[in-house]
Amino acid sequence: MSHLLREHAPVTEAGWELLDSEARERLEPALAARRLVDFSGPHGWQHSATNLGRVEQLGEAPAEGIGAVRRLVLPLTELRADFAVARAELAAADRGAEDADLEALDTAAHQLAIAENAAVFHGWEAAGIVGIAAASPHEAIALGEDCERYPRHVAKAIEALLQAGVGGPYGLALGPGVYARVLETSEHGGYPLLEHLREILSGPIVWAPGVQGAVVLSLRGGDFLFESGEDIAIGYADHDAEAVRLYLEESFSFRVATPEAAVALSNG
Amino acid sequence: MGFDQYHEPPEELPQQTRTFARLCASLTEEAEAIGWYEQRLAVETDEDARAVMHDAMGEEYKHFCMDLEFLLRRTPLWREIAAGILFQDGDIVEHGEAAEEAATEGAAERGEPLAPGSESLGIGSLREVRS
Repeated sequence: MSHLLREHAPVTEAGWELLDSEARERLEPALAARRLVDFSGPHGWQHSATNLGRVEQLGEAPAEGIGAVRRLVLPLTELRADFAVARAELAAADRGAEDADLEALDTAAHQLAIAENAAVFHGWEAAGIVGIAAASPHEAIALGEDCERYPRHVAKAIEALLQAGVGGPYGLALGPGVYARVLETSEHGGYPLLEHLREILSGPIVWAPGVQGAVVLSLRGGDFLFESGEDIAIGYADHDAEAVRLYLEESFSFRVATPEAAVALSNG
Repeated sequence: MGFDQYHEPPEELPQQTRTFARLCASLTEEAEAIGWYEQRLAVETDEDARAVMHDAMGEEYKHFCMDLEFLLRRTPLWREIAAGILFQDGDIVEHGEAAEEAATEGAAERGEPLAPGSESLGIGSLREVRS
Protein backbone atom coordinates (compact mmCIF):
# COMPACT_ATOMS: atom_id res chain seq x y z
CA MET A 1 0.00 0.00 0.00
CA SER A 2 1.33 3.45 -0.84
CA HIS A 3 1.25 6.52 1.39
CA LEU A 4 -1.94 7.56 -0.39
CA LEU A 5 -3.80 4.95 1.70
CA ARG A 6 -6.42 4.50 -1.01
CA GLU A 7 -7.22 0.97 0.13
CA HIS A 8 -8.43 2.35 3.49
CA ALA A 9 -11.04 4.61 1.93
CA PRO A 10 -14.68 3.50 1.86
CA VAL A 11 -14.67 3.92 -1.90
CA THR A 12 -15.46 1.11 -4.33
CA GLU A 13 -13.29 0.30 -7.31
CA ALA A 14 -15.86 1.94 -9.58
CA GLY A 15 -15.84 4.94 -7.25
CA TRP A 16 -12.07 5.31 -7.57
CA GLU A 17 -12.33 5.03 -11.33
CA LEU A 18 -14.93 7.79 -11.31
CA LEU A 19 -12.84 10.06 -9.06
CA ASP A 20 -9.61 9.47 -10.98
CA SER A 21 -11.24 10.03 -14.31
CA GLU A 22 -13.06 13.18 -13.14
CA ALA A 23 -9.78 14.57 -11.77
CA ARG A 24 -7.95 13.78 -15.00
CA GLU A 25 -10.71 15.41 -17.02
CA ARG A 26 -10.50 18.60 -14.97
CA LEU A 27 -6.73 18.75 -14.70
CA GLU A 28 -5.56 18.04 -18.22
CA PRO A 29 -7.03 21.11 -19.94
CA ALA A 30 -5.72 23.37 -17.17
CA LEU A 31 -2.17 22.05 -16.71
CA ALA A 32 -0.71 24.53 -19.17
CA ALA A 33 2.92 24.28 -18.05
CA ARG A 34 3.00 20.59 -18.95
CA ARG A 35 2.12 21.48 -22.54
CA LEU A 36 5.05 23.85 -22.88
CA VAL A 37 8.01 22.86 -20.69
CA ASP A 38 10.21 19.75 -20.49
CA PHE A 39 8.78 17.15 -18.13
CA SER A 40 10.97 14.63 -16.35
CA GLY A 41 9.68 11.79 -14.23
CA PRO A 42 7.69 10.85 -12.31
CA HIS A 43 10.61 9.85 -10.10
CA GLY A 44 8.47 8.65 -7.21
CA TRP A 45 7.29 9.93 -3.85
CA GLN A 46 10.67 9.35 -2.24
CA HIS A 47 12.47 11.60 -4.73
CA SER A 48 13.23 14.67 -2.66
CA ALA A 49 15.56 16.97 -4.58
CA THR A 50 16.77 17.98 -8.02
CA ASN A 51 20.49 17.83 -8.68
CA LEU A 52 21.73 21.26 -9.74
CA GLY A 53 25.35 20.20 -10.32
CA ARG A 54 26.56 23.17 -8.32
CA VAL A 55 28.30 23.56 -4.99
CA GLU A 56 28.76 26.21 -2.32
CA GLN A 57 31.94 26.80 -0.39
CA LEU A 58 32.05 25.66 3.20
CA GLY A 59 34.23 27.51 5.63
CA GLU A 60 36.85 25.53 7.38
CA ALA A 61 36.99 21.77 7.01
CA PRO A 62 37.22 19.55 10.11
CA ALA A 63 40.92 19.01 9.48
CA GLU A 64 43.75 21.22 8.33
CA GLY A 65 44.74 21.18 4.66
CA ILE A 66 41.30 20.03 3.51
CA GLY A 67 39.01 21.92 1.16
CA ALA A 68 35.27 21.35 1.31
CA VAL A 69 32.20 22.31 -0.66
CA ARG A 70 28.56 21.40 -0.24
CA ARG A 71 26.30 20.22 -3.08
CA LEU A 72 23.39 22.49 -3.92
CA VAL A 73 20.05 20.91 -4.68
CA LEU A 74 16.57 22.19 -5.35
CA PRO A 75 14.15 20.44 -2.95
CA LEU A 76 10.92 19.15 -4.42
CA THR A 77 7.78 20.93 -3.31
CA GLU A 78 4.61 19.08 -2.33
CA LEU A 79 1.27 20.54 -3.35
CA ARG A 80 -1.91 19.25 -1.80
CA ALA A 81 -5.53 20.23 -2.39
CA ASP A 82 -8.06 18.77 0.06
CA PHE A 83 -11.63 17.99 -0.90
CA ALA A 84 -14.55 15.95 0.37
CA VAL A 85 -17.08 13.82 -1.46
CA ALA A 86 -20.46 12.94 0.04
CA ARG A 87 -20.76 9.19 0.55
CA ALA A 88 -24.33 9.39 -0.75
CA GLU A 89 -22.97 10.74 -4.04
CA LEU A 90 -20.46 7.90 -4.33
CA ALA A 91 -23.22 5.39 -3.57
CA ALA A 92 -25.40 7.00 -6.23
CA ALA A 93 -22.56 6.70 -8.75
CA ASP A 94 -22.18 3.02 -7.84
CA ARG A 95 -25.87 2.56 -8.65
CA GLY A 96 -25.28 4.12 -12.04
CA ALA A 97 -26.05 7.79 -11.45
CA GLU A 98 -24.38 9.88 -14.13
CA ASP A 99 -24.61 13.16 -12.26
CA ALA A 100 -22.71 12.52 -9.01
CA ASP A 101 -21.80 15.82 -7.36
CA LEU A 102 -18.01 16.06 -7.53
CA GLU A 103 -17.82 19.83 -7.46
CA ALA A 104 -15.34 19.90 -4.57
CA LEU A 105 -13.00 17.64 -6.54
CA ASP A 106 -13.37 19.87 -9.60
CA THR A 107 -12.50 22.95 -7.55
CA ALA A 108 -9.50 21.26 -5.94
CA ALA A 109 -8.23 20.09 -9.34
CA HIS A 110 -8.54 23.57 -10.79
CA GLN A 111 -6.75 25.14 -7.83
CA LEU A 112 -3.93 22.61 -8.09
CA ALA A 113 -3.50 23.40 -11.79
CA ILE A 114 -3.46 27.13 -11.03
CA ALA A 115 -0.78 26.58 -8.38
CA GLU A 116 1.39 24.49 -10.69
CA ASN A 117 1.08 26.98 -13.57
CA ALA A 118 1.71 29.99 -11.32
CA ALA A 119 4.82 28.40 -9.83
CA VAL A 120 6.23 27.58 -13.28
CA PHE A 121 5.43 30.86 -15.00
CA HIS A 122 5.67 33.37 -12.16
CA GLY A 123 7.77 31.54 -9.57
CA TRP A 124 7.33 30.73 -5.91
CA GLU A 125 9.91 32.28 -3.67
CA ALA A 126 9.22 30.14 -0.59
CA ALA A 127 9.75 27.00 -2.66
CA GLY A 128 12.93 28.30 -4.26
CA ILE A 129 11.31 28.33 -7.70
CA VAL A 130 12.09 31.16 -10.11
CA GLY A 131 9.36 31.37 -12.73
CA ILE A 132 9.78 31.70 -16.48
CA ALA A 133 8.47 35.28 -16.67
CA ALA A 134 10.52 36.49 -13.69
CA ALA A 135 13.70 34.85 -14.98
CA SER A 136 13.46 36.36 -18.46
CA PRO A 137 16.01 39.12 -19.09
CA HIS A 138 13.86 40.50 -21.93
CA GLU A 139 11.76 43.53 -21.17
CA ALA A 140 8.11 42.56 -20.78
CA ILE A 141 5.89 43.66 -23.66
CA ALA A 142 2.65 45.36 -22.65
CA LEU A 143 -0.35 43.66 -24.25
CA GLY A 144 -2.75 46.60 -24.03
CA GLU A 145 -6.48 46.43 -24.67
CA ASP A 146 -6.38 46.32 -28.46
CA CYS A 147 -6.44 42.62 -29.35
CA GLU A 148 -5.71 43.30 -32.99
CA ARG A 149 -2.23 44.38 -31.95
CA TYR A 150 -1.48 41.05 -30.27
CA PRO A 151 0.09 39.48 -33.39
CA ARG A 152 2.52 42.41 -33.47
CA HIS A 153 3.41 41.89 -29.78
CA VAL A 154 3.92 38.17 -30.26
CA ALA A 155 6.03 38.77 -33.37
CA LYS A 156 8.11 41.27 -31.38
CA ALA A 157 8.62 38.68 -28.64
CA ILE A 158 9.75 36.08 -31.18
CA GLU A 159 12.11 38.60 -32.72
CA ALA A 160 13.65 39.15 -29.26
CA LEU A 161 14.09 35.39 -28.87
CA LEU A 162 15.71 35.08 -32.30
CA GLN A 163 18.03 38.00 -31.50
CA ALA A 164 19.08 36.09 -28.38
CA GLY A 165 19.80 33.00 -30.49
CA VAL A 166 16.80 31.07 -29.22
CA GLY A 167 15.18 29.00 -31.96
CA GLY A 168 11.62 27.68 -32.22
CA PRO A 169 9.08 26.29 -32.36
CA TYR A 170 7.49 28.71 -29.94
CA GLY A 171 4.50 28.32 -27.67
CA LEU A 172 2.21 30.87 -26.06
CA ALA A 173 0.68 30.59 -22.60
CA LEU A 174 -2.32 32.89 -22.22
CA GLY A 175 -3.89 33.82 -18.90
CA PRO A 176 -7.67 33.18 -18.91
CA GLY A 177 -8.63 36.83 -19.46
CA VAL A 178 -6.30 37.24 -22.44
CA TYR A 179 -7.29 33.85 -23.83
CA ALA A 180 -10.97 34.78 -23.77
CA ARG A 181 -10.25 38.07 -25.58
CA VAL A 182 -8.18 36.28 -28.23
CA LEU A 183 -10.86 33.66 -28.76
CA GLU A 184 -13.55 36.31 -29.24
CA THR A 185 -11.56 38.40 -31.68
CA SER A 186 -11.53 38.29 -35.45
CA GLU A 187 -9.24 40.62 -37.31
CA HIS A 188 -10.21 42.74 -40.31
CA GLY A 189 -11.62 40.35 -42.86
CA GLY A 190 -12.90 37.97 -40.19
CA TYR A 191 -9.75 35.88 -39.82
CA PRO A 192 -9.64 34.45 -36.28
CA LEU A 193 -6.91 36.01 -34.17
CA LEU A 194 -6.14 32.61 -32.64
CA GLU A 195 -5.23 31.19 -36.06
CA HIS A 196 -3.07 34.19 -36.92
CA LEU A 197 -1.12 33.82 -33.67
CA ARG A 198 -0.71 30.09 -34.24
CA GLU A 199 0.81 30.77 -37.67
CA ILE A 200 3.31 33.22 -36.20
CA LEU A 201 4.33 30.84 -33.43
CA SER A 202 4.30 27.52 -35.33
CA GLY A 203 3.51 26.05 -31.92
CA PRO A 204 0.64 25.66 -29.47
CA ILE A 205 -1.44 28.37 -27.82
CA VAL A 206 -2.39 27.24 -24.36
CA TRP A 207 -5.10 28.35 -21.92
CA ALA A 208 -3.16 28.88 -18.73
CA PRO A 209 -5.10 29.56 -15.53
CA GLY A 210 -2.74 31.07 -12.98
CA VAL A 211 -0.80 33.04 -15.60
CA GLN A 212 -0.97 36.83 -15.52
CA GLY A 213 -0.91 38.24 -19.05
CA ALA A 214 0.91 35.86 -21.38
CA VAL A 215 4.30 34.28 -21.99
CA VAL A 216 5.99 33.41 -25.29
CA LEU A 217 8.58 30.67 -24.91
CA SER A 218 10.70 28.37 -27.00
CA LEU A 219 9.76 24.71 -27.20
CA ARG A 220 13.13 23.61 -28.60
CA GLY A 221 13.78 21.76 -25.33
CA GLY A 222 16.35 21.97 -22.56
CA ASP A 223 15.34 25.46 -21.41
CA PHE A 224 12.56 24.93 -18.86
CA LEU A 225 12.73 21.86 -16.66
CA PHE A 226 9.81 20.47 -14.67
CA GLU A 227 10.82 17.53 -12.51
CA SER A 228 8.01 15.41 -11.13
CA GLY A 229 8.45 13.33 -7.99
CA GLU A 230 4.99 11.91 -7.50
CA ASP A 231 2.71 12.82 -10.37
CA ILE A 232 -0.72 14.09 -9.40
CA ALA A 233 -2.63 11.44 -7.45
CA ILE A 234 -5.68 11.21 -5.22
CA GLY A 235 -5.07 10.11 -1.66
CA TYR A 236 -7.33 9.31 1.29
CA ALA A 237 -7.36 11.38 4.51
CA ASP A 238 -10.33 10.18 6.58
CA HIS A 239 -14.10 9.71 6.54
CA ASP A 240 -17.24 9.76 8.65
CA ALA A 241 -20.80 8.62 8.02
CA GLU A 242 -21.46 11.54 5.68
CA ALA A 243 -18.35 12.20 3.65
CA VAL A 244 -14.98 10.89 2.52
CA ARG A 245 -12.17 13.39 2.77
CA LEU A 246 -9.58 13.01 0.05
CA TYR A 247 -6.82 15.09 -1.46
CA LEU A 248 -5.03 15.71 -4.71
CA GLU A 249 -1.29 15.68 -4.30
CA GLU A 250 1.90 16.00 -6.28
CA SER A 251 5.56 16.79 -5.71
CA PHE A 252 7.75 18.64 -8.20
CA SER A 253 10.54 21.11 -8.76
CA PHE A 254 10.97 23.58 -11.58
CA ARG A 255 14.00 25.43 -12.83
CA VAL A 256 14.86 27.68 -15.74
CA ALA A 257 18.04 26.66 -17.57
CA THR A 258 17.89 29.37 -20.26
CA PRO A 259 16.26 32.53 -18.93
CA GLU A 260 16.47 34.25 -22.33
CA ALA A 261 14.28 31.57 -23.95
CA ALA A 262 11.04 33.33 -22.93
CA VAL A 263 9.42 36.77 -23.13
CA ALA A 264 6.63 37.91 -20.82
CA LEU A 265 3.64 39.81 -22.21
CA SER A 266 2.16 41.82 -19.39
CA ASN A 267 -1.41 42.95 -18.86
CA GLY A 268 -2.05 46.61 -19.36
CA MET B 1 -15.36 -17.05 -15.14
CA GLY B 2 -11.76 -17.24 -13.99
CA PHE B 3 -9.48 -14.44 -12.90
CA ASP B 4 -6.46 -15.57 -14.84
CA GLN B 5 -5.60 -12.11 -16.12
CA TYR B 6 -3.92 -11.70 -12.72
CA HIS B 7 -0.49 -13.17 -12.27
CA GLU B 8 -0.39 -12.27 -8.59
CA PRO B 9 -3.12 -12.61 -5.92
CA PRO B 10 -5.69 -9.93 -6.89
CA GLU B 11 -6.27 -8.93 -3.26
CA GLU B 12 -2.61 -7.94 -3.01
CA LEU B 13 -2.70 -5.78 -6.15
CA PRO B 14 -3.51 -2.06 -6.09
CA GLN B 15 -6.74 -1.13 -7.82
CA GLN B 16 -4.91 0.65 -10.65
CA THR B 17 -2.80 -2.42 -11.38
CA ARG B 18 -5.93 -4.56 -11.53
CA THR B 19 -7.47 -2.13 -14.00
CA PHE B 20 -4.25 -2.13 -16.02
CA ALA B 21 -4.22 -5.95 -16.08
CA ARG B 22 -7.85 -6.07 -17.24
CA LEU B 23 -7.10 -3.78 -20.13
CA CYS B 24 -4.01 -5.84 -21.02
CA ALA B 25 -6.24 -8.93 -21.12
CA SER B 26 -8.78 -7.07 -23.23
CA LEU B 27 -6.04 -5.96 -25.65
CA THR B 28 -4.92 -9.59 -26.03
CA GLU B 29 -8.48 -10.73 -26.70
CA GLU B 30 -9.02 -8.07 -29.34
CA ALA B 31 -5.73 -8.99 -31.06
CA GLU B 32 -6.71 -12.68 -31.05
CA ALA B 33 -10.12 -11.85 -32.48
CA ILE B 34 -8.54 -9.80 -35.29
CA GLY B 35 -6.32 -12.78 -36.13
CA TRP B 36 -9.29 -15.15 -36.12
CA TYR B 37 -11.39 -12.92 -38.39
CA GLU B 38 -8.46 -12.54 -40.75
CA GLN B 39 -8.26 -16.32 -41.05
CA ARG B 40 -12.03 -16.77 -41.42
CA LEU B 41 -12.15 -14.12 -44.13
CA ALA B 42 -9.31 -15.83 -45.96
CA VAL B 43 -11.41 -18.98 -46.42
CA GLU B 44 -15.01 -17.72 -46.48
CA THR B 45 -16.56 -17.34 -49.95
CA ASP B 46 -20.11 -16.28 -49.04
CA GLU B 47 -20.19 -12.52 -49.70
CA ASP B 48 -22.81 -11.77 -47.03
CA ALA B 49 -20.90 -13.71 -44.40
CA ARG B 50 -17.71 -11.93 -45.45
CA ALA B 51 -19.40 -8.54 -45.08
CA VAL B 52 -20.59 -9.38 -41.57
CA MET B 53 -17.18 -10.65 -40.49
CA HIS B 54 -15.41 -7.72 -42.08
CA ASP B 55 -17.62 -5.37 -40.12
CA ALA B 56 -16.97 -7.35 -36.91
CA MET B 57 -13.22 -7.27 -37.51
CA GLY B 58 -13.41 -3.48 -37.82
CA GLU B 59 -14.97 -3.38 -34.36
CA GLU B 60 -12.11 -5.50 -32.98
CA TYR B 61 -9.56 -3.10 -34.49
CA LYS B 62 -11.38 -0.18 -32.88
CA HIS B 63 -11.47 -1.93 -29.49
CA PHE B 64 -7.79 -2.85 -29.84
CA CYS B 65 -6.92 0.81 -30.45
CA MET B 66 -9.02 1.97 -27.50
CA ASP B 67 -7.38 -0.56 -25.18
CA LEU B 68 -3.95 0.43 -26.39
CA GLU B 69 -4.66 4.14 -25.95
CA PHE B 70 -5.87 3.52 -22.39
CA LEU B 71 -2.71 1.59 -21.50
CA LEU B 72 -0.44 4.19 -23.07
CA ARG B 73 -2.17 7.00 -21.18
CA ARG B 74 -1.24 5.19 -17.98
CA THR B 75 2.41 4.79 -19.01
CA PRO B 76 3.85 8.11 -20.18
CA LEU B 77 7.24 6.64 -21.09
CA TRP B 78 5.71 3.91 -23.27
CA ARG B 79 3.41 6.48 -24.79
CA GLU B 80 6.44 8.53 -25.78
CA ILE B 81 8.08 5.47 -27.37
CA ALA B 82 4.85 4.52 -29.14
CA ALA B 83 4.57 8.03 -30.56
CA GLY B 84 7.88 7.48 -32.35
CA ILE B 85 6.70 4.18 -33.85
CA LEU B 86 3.01 4.47 -34.68
CA PHE B 87 1.78 6.14 -37.87
CA GLN B 88 5.31 6.73 -39.17
CA ASP B 89 6.48 5.84 -42.66
CA GLY B 90 9.79 4.05 -43.11
CA ASP B 91 11.54 1.25 -41.28
CA ILE B 92 9.47 0.11 -38.30
CA VAL B 93 12.39 -1.50 -36.47
CA GLU B 94 14.57 1.56 -36.91
CA HIS B 95 11.80 3.81 -35.60
CA GLY B 96 11.36 1.46 -32.64
CA GLU B 97 15.03 1.52 -31.75
CA ALA B 98 15.31 5.29 -32.17
CA ALA B 99 12.15 6.04 -30.18
CA GLU B 100 13.17 3.70 -27.37
CA GLU B 101 16.65 5.18 -27.18
CA ALA B 102 15.37 8.75 -27.15
CA ALA B 103 12.73 8.09 -24.53
CA THR B 104 14.58 5.73 -22.22
CA GLU B 105 18.10 7.10 -22.31
CA GLY B 106 17.44 9.90 -19.89
CA ALA B 107 14.89 7.88 -17.91
CA ALA B 108 17.28 4.97 -17.39
CA GLU B 109 20.07 7.30 -16.31
CA ARG B 110 17.76 8.70 -13.68
CA GLY B 111 16.73 5.21 -12.57
CA GLU B 112 13.08 5.76 -13.41
CA PRO B 113 10.81 2.72 -13.28
CA LEU B 114 9.76 1.59 -16.75
CA ALA B 115 6.78 -0.38 -15.50
CA PRO B 116 3.43 0.92 -14.23
CA GLY B 117 2.40 0.53 -10.61
CA SER B 118 2.09 4.10 -9.41
CA GLU B 119 -1.30 5.14 -8.14
CA SER B 120 -1.02 8.54 -9.79
CA LEU B 121 -3.47 9.78 -12.40
CA GLY B 122 -0.79 9.12 -15.02
CA ILE B 123 -0.99 12.60 -16.54
CA GLY B 124 2.74 13.21 -17.05
CA SER B 125 3.77 15.45 -19.90
CA LEU B 126 1.01 16.94 -22.04
CA ARG B 127 3.39 18.31 -24.62
CA GLU B 128 2.46 17.63 -28.22
CA VAL B 129 5.26 19.58 -29.91
CA ARG B 130 8.58 17.79 -29.57
CA SER B 131 11.87 19.57 -29.97
